[in-house]
Amino acid sequence: MTTAGKPNAARKQPPVRKPRSPRGKQAQRAAEIHPQFDLSNQALVDLWYKMVLARRIAERWFILNRQGRAPFVITGQGHEATQVGTAAALTPGKDWAVPYYRDIGVVLVLGMTPYELMLNVFAKADDPNSGGRQMPTHWSHRDLRIVSGSSVVATQVPIAAGVAWAAKLRGEDSVTVAYLGEGSTNQGDFHEGLNFASVQRLPLIVVVENNGYAITEQQEKEMAIQDVADRAAAYGIPGVVVDGNDLLEVYRTMQWAVHQARTGHGPTLLEAKTYRTVPHSSDDDDRRYRTREELELWLKRDPIDRFRKLLIDDGVLTDEHAEQLLNDATEEIRAAQAQAEDRADPDPATLLDHLFGSPA
Amino acid sequence: MTAVSIADAIRSAHQEIMRADERVILLGEDVETGGVFRITEGLLDEFGPQRVFDTPLAESGFVGAAIGAALAGMRPIVEIQFVDFILPAINQLISEAAKMRYRSIGEWSVPMVVRSPYGGGVHGGLYHSQCFEALFAHVPGLKVVMPATPADAKALLHTAVADPDPVIFLEHKRSYRLIKDEVPEPLPEVPIGKAIVRRDGDDVAIIATGLMVHESLAAAEQLAGEGVDCLVLDLRSIAPLDRDAIIDAVQRTGKVVITHEDHLTGGIAGEVAAIIAADAFEHLDGPIKRVAGPDVPAMGYHPNFEKAFIPDAERIAAAARDLAAY
Amino acid sequence: MATLTMPQLGETVTEGTVLRWLKQPNDHIDLDEPLVEIDTEKVNVEIPSPFAGTLAAILVPEGETVPVGTPLAEIAGAEEAAPAAPAPTAKLAPKPAAPPPPQAPPITSKAAPKTAPKTAVRPGGDRPRVLSPVVARLAAEHGIDPATLAGTGAGGRVTKKDVLAAIETGPAAAPAPAPAAAQRAGDVATPLSPMRRAIAEHMLRSKRSAPHAWLVIETDVTGLVRARQALKDSFREREGVDLSYLAFVSKVVTQALRDFPPINSTWDGDQLYERGDVNLGFAVDVPDGLIVPVVKQADRMSVAALAHAIADVAARARAGRLKLDEVQGGTFTIDNTGTFGTTLSAPIINQPQVAILTTEAIVKRPVVVDDDAIAVRSMQNLCCSFDHRALDGAIAARFTARVKALLEAIGPDTAIY
Repeated sequence: MTTAGKPNAARKQPPVRKPRSPRGKQAQRAAEIHPQFDLSNQALVDLWYKMVLARRIAERWFILNRQGRAPFVITGQGHEATQVGTAAALTPGKDWAVPYYRDIGVVLVLGMTPYELMLNVFAKADDPNSGGRQMPTHWSHRDLRIVSGSSVVATQVPIAAGVAWAAKLRGEDSVTVAYLGEGSTNQGDFHEGLNFASVQRLPLIVVVENNGYAITEQQEKEMAIQDVADRAAAYGIPGVVVDGNDLLEVYRTMQWAVHQARTGHGPTLLEAKTYRTVPHSSDDDDRRYRTREELELWLKRDPIDRFRKLLIDDGVLTDEHAEQLLNDATEEIRAAQAQAEDRADPDPATLLDHLFGSPA
Repeated sequence: MTAVSIADAIRSAHQEIMRADERVILLGEDVETGGVFRITEGLLDEFGPQRVFDTPLAESGFVGAAIGAALAGMRPIVEIQFVDFILPAINQLISEAAKMRYRSIGEWSVPMVVRSPYGGGVHGGLYHSQCFEALFAHVPGLKVVMPATPADAKALLHTAVADPDPVIFLEHKRSYRLIKDEVPEPLPEVPIGKAIVRRDGDDVAIIATGLMVHESLAAAEQLAGEGVDCLVLDLRSIAPLDRDAIIDAVQRTGKVVITHEDHLTGGIAGEVAAIIAADAFEHLDGPIKRVAGPDVPAMGYHPNFEKAFIPDAERIAAAARDLAAY
Repeated sequence: MATLTMPQLGETVTEGTVLRWLKQPNDHIDLDEPLVEIDTEKVNVEIPSPFAGTLAAILVPEGETVPVGTPLAEIAGAEEAAPAAPAPTAKLAPKPAAPPPPQAPPITSKAAPKTAPKTAVRPGGDRPRVLSPVVARLAAEHGIDPATLAGTGAGGRVTKKDVLAAIETGPAAAPAPAPAAAQRAGDVATPLSPMRRAIAEHMLRSKRSAPHAWLVIETDVTGLVRARQALKDSFREREGVDLSYLAFVSKVVTQALRDFPPINSTWDGDQLYERGDVNLGFAVDVPDGLIVPVVKQADRMSVAALAHAIADVAARARAGRLKLDEVQGGTFTIDNTGTFGTTLSAPIINQPQVAILTTEAIVKRPVVVDDDAIAVRSMQNLCCSFDHRALDGAIAARFTARVKALLEAIGPDTAIY
């Protein structure tokens, strides 16, 4: 029996996970290549709004879960800068993404609407992701080139390599991005996929959202290295570490990686250091394995607050406008929820549908 | 017409398919130089390194990549050098390929063919002799075929590549050059899920898969000399099974031997027997017999172990003979 | 580690039900200590352990019915009780397909089973008795009674082809019979007991497989009646059992069988065995039906010994306390139907034997005797059914005539010891 609020006494006390600065030549090089941002003020505000939406949707989902209206939710509060910043460097509908289950921010930027996300959490028949067949946040949206993913981790890396390979064979100048957590980079598929992609110099970017925990396991239990990006060296591709809570740094670095991929220079492994400020899922109690002090440390580096401050300091955003946008987000989500919750549940008669297609 | 080997038939199917459809690509270990069974010989020269290429030795990685390529509009044919080595890719096949269409309510699909030699009798030892058809047949979302003749191998590869979903295409490695037959032109279409009666008879039905079809035909020949008339049904597709053909065979004879080289327990014969018990019960005139590989981990290397493992014509004939006398 | 298997408790028994385990895993078991109670179609018995040791594992739980030969239990540290099965006493080796007789020491049977058995029907291994699904269906569709067909399958099984041939060649199929009469008001439905089922199956098989031929010979047993009359009271006083007519009949039958060995045969599969021993079976009616205890090597017994033996097995048959080896191995059966007053019976042969004899009621009748005078004599009919596959009429008649002659020769001087 563990005491609420304290990590399990039997566990070796892990070191407090502290924010780290980006390091490495690749990061410096990224900064050199893109010293300027190509984003308009409006675009910057839009990115902040997307982060807010992602955060508020996740928070709303937890409330729905606690009210018994959504059986299970799994989110990534704290990851918003990483998710929105990487996705913002892509061309929606042209570039391909294979996100993982925390990537609310990614799919919002690529074009999924709050209404669709609400259909997803309620597992409604109209949910474009899977019509209620998969757990929430198992993304899929063909028109948005968001490839369906499973609950099995790291399988998306070889698949994303294959998508990138097909795009290359077909002469597309698209890039493909696979997202996963740092824990998943221990899987063989992560390595096999990166190896395949590097051999073929495929337009693939693998984004690792390193929040320091594989469910309850701290990174030191997961691997003997500090930076997942070091693993890139084994495949002869760039491995870049960025501050995952700094939207602009993430965006800038991702833009560089996209440029590399589009111009035939092959894959990049991008590691964003961040922190999940909520439990792993609605079924998890993170007080069992980490201290409140550690959490407080990271909440001070909240990516949404940081970017808001930057925008206000630079005169791009005002407090009034920010508050207005927060209200807008709340309203948009409330409307989406109301609209989605009334939609039809999946019909059990469709159980056997979509097993096989008919030959063309 | 001249007799063509199964190996040649499969190679020529690749040529026809790849000539006709630019989306078809071929990948696997050593395929550029023809593969260990020289099935893909010459394909690199004709179709170039963009469409025929060697992969890293990492089955999960390249099967996953083939799934991705299929998702993005290609029609990959993956060669797994021996089906024994498909196990690292099981996760990709079961978790991803088999479920893709279902989990995305039909938005995504994986039109991919995984070809692989299976079966023993070639001094392959434990890890170059296995049969895994039942393993895959247990996974809804995968189709499994086991052609037994050159014409079927060729026709079924055409069908499999045209299929919008993943197909596991199993080739008995001993049959590659052992089985030679004419391949008609034009080639009649062979749909997935259709069995074929290779020999008619009304005393006992022998239902067989892959190379066991030929052992069954030999057994039937032997029994014909004893006045026992056997029907031999070649299943061709393991998933889905041809229920109608199975029931027809039972109706014709009332007595059934089911044979495969795969292990007995959990083998496809059990599923066929269950279909018969459920849907052809009142046509049964005797117990359903199975002749299958033993429940040992895999086939031993020494020829004695191979011979003891593989159900041959003698064993099939003995079972059919017993049933005929029943 | 030794394995206890389901013994074959009787010739026609193919399966048994584990009623109760008398020992639990890890219990020590002495040699011959009762280990498990088994219910079969015929007898309900305790199986004494053929091994001493520790019960390591029970493989068949209580209530489960399994075929003969199925492993029932593992016994650890076991030492075999007996080196091997006793050599068969028949002239020929037993047919290889038959399982060796259980080498267990005598088994004390309990009361006849009272509860309905498990109804699970199992195909009887290499000697199937069931109708296959297709045979049952075709026969029902065409109103054919499969029991009327000569089966060409294994063990005489009626095959699909047999039914198809009957449909083809037989007379226009009779309209399908009305379904078996349902229970009407006042009827009492009785579930078939295991013994009833066994008898039904056994009789049906005999009638179906053996072409029965039948003959009767009238016998003058006046001498026998007088001899018995003279001896019976003192015999009863001395021996404690009745000096039965059956004992005399048995004695002369064993003599006749010695004179006509083919009658003392069994028809097993495709083999005919002349049996070396004369083991006489006696039909005994018991509350549930009929049981045929066997007196072994009856030809070596005197009339007195036979009287004892017959009385003993009959009493124990009625009490349900027969030993296993007392219901198997018969070579010829006598059915004393005359007890019930019948004067003519057509008995069904007790398979795999090839003949059966009934002794009918002894009645006093006026008959013409040797000097053409009419005398009142005690007369008795002897009826013999025989398997015409194995025997022809001549030998059967000569055998029965020999029994008659021997019976008629009995007189005051006949030795009963």
